[in-house]
Amino acid sequence: MKVDPRQVEQAAKELYIRALKLLPPDVKQGFDAAAKAESDAGARRMLGTMIQNIAVAERTDNLLCQDTGIPIYNVWIGRGVEIDGVALKEAIRKGCERATREHPFRSSVVHPITRKNEHSSSGRGVPVIQVDFSGNDTLVIEMVPKGSGSENNSWLRMAVPAEGVDAIKTFVVDCVLDAGGKTCPPTIVGVGVGGTADLCVHLAKLAATRPLGSRCEDPEGAKLERELTEAVNLLGVGPQGLGGDSTAFAVHVETAATHITMNPVAVNMQCHSARRARATFSQKGVEYGF
Amino acid sequence: MAHYDFTTPITEAQARALRVNDTVTLNGTLFGIRDATQIHMFDRGRKTRFDLSGHAVIHTAPNVKKVNKSPAYPTGYAPVCIGTTTSDRMERFTRPLMEQYGVRLIIGKGGLRLDSSKAFSDLGGAYLAIIGGTAALETTWIEAIEDVDLDDLNPESLWKFRVNGFGPLLVAMDSHGESLYARVNTDARARRAEALKRLGVR
Repeated sequence: MKVDPRQVEQAAKELYIRALKLLPPDVKQGFDAAAKAESDAGARRMLGTMIQNIAVAERTDNLLCQDTGIPIYNVWIGRGVEIDGVALKEAIRKGCERATREHPFRSSVVHPITRKNEHSSSGRGVPVIQVDFSGNDTLVIEMVPKGSGSENNSWLRMAVPAEGVDAIKTFVVDCVLDAGGKTCPPTIVGVGVGGTADLCVHLAKLAATRPLGSRCEDPEGAKLERELTEAVNLLGVGPQGLGGDSTAFAVHVETAATHITMNPVAVNMQCHSARRARATFSQKGVEYGF
Repeated sequence: MAHYDFTTPITEAQARALRVNDTVTLNGTLFGIRDATQIHMFDRGRKTRFDLSGHAVIHTAPNVKKVNKSPAYPTGYAPVCIGTTTSDRMERFTRPLMEQYGVRLIIGKGGLRLDSSKAFSDLGGAYLAIIGGTAALETTWIEAIEDVDLDDLNPESLWKFRVNGFGPLLVAMDSHGESLYARVNTDARARRAEALKRLGVR
């Protein structure tokens, strides 16, 4: 299957706008479940307002949150997909810039030293584009607008083997306490375990942006996510850090093998507006989803 | 737990009457302010032509679109989506905003720290919590962008909004030294040991 870069550009534009406006069904279900289980009346009211906001965004065709985030595009190139890789990345960048200017919405991206905003949601290394490969006969592009309230609460700890799994568990609990209301809870707490320092942080981001209801493929990671989800929701941080049971929709864990001398753990959080959108290119054309 | 309908500007007595868990709905003028706005105002010596005395500021950088100037859009900007950002990054600007400009109310999400609590006590002010991430809803409470200053910092300009029924907002920090964030944080830290025990941490 040959993919025309112009189709990719169009999809990159559509995906950014869709992601900003439509919350994935798994996150909506997460809200419903949290609202049902919440025992604090104030927290229930807040969750109700968040659910109302999702409906207002749909009704008024508006953005869910004013934070248009740092744009991240995750690409999976399937077997038999033919596309010029350089053209693919250029097309994604162009689509991202066009979404910003043509919708229009706020460019939240600045140069890290001059703080200059090009009003295009792009700059050096941004949009973030991650390319991977898959065994399917499709080209998949996922778009994640990563908000700063949650991204500013990111941590890495290079623990040592003698500290064991206890170091990982303690670190996650302490990160949730430190984050308080700054991350716009209820959050998805993404935890990376293992790898190198950079891989560990990347795993945490993958975990934070995974659909609710999905599980870590590593059974040890899956066990850890069940235990941690229960534990962090005992803390009572609650929606917006103002108290309640709903601190995290879930804790997600991703693992990678690590060095005999290392025990790294990273935490990256996703706010309650856990936005993402997906385009799948196949022989049938382009299909949009989450 | 009382509810207040305020038309801005407000007096010191009105600000001091607020207690945590009260709610407030605002009408009239609301100023939008952000990291860069305050860095330029307080670190780089820039001044705004707006009179913020007795007013409320909200931690925001809105999504706007350029339109032709008209009575409905006097700045040439139409609101697209206006929401609220995390306040904690702007903690150190609470006191100068109040001392130098007479600001009474700060609206944000996630809360401010002890120094802001002290400023609210010393000078008569409060922090009103909005629900972060509910910008589509918040936008429906904004009638117009009336004016804009320091617009070279766009989108982190100093925005003057006209609002109608902006709220209800929750009084989360008051002038009596109370902070719901501090209370929740203390309680949560007290539950840390129980959470770690449940995880089997030795």
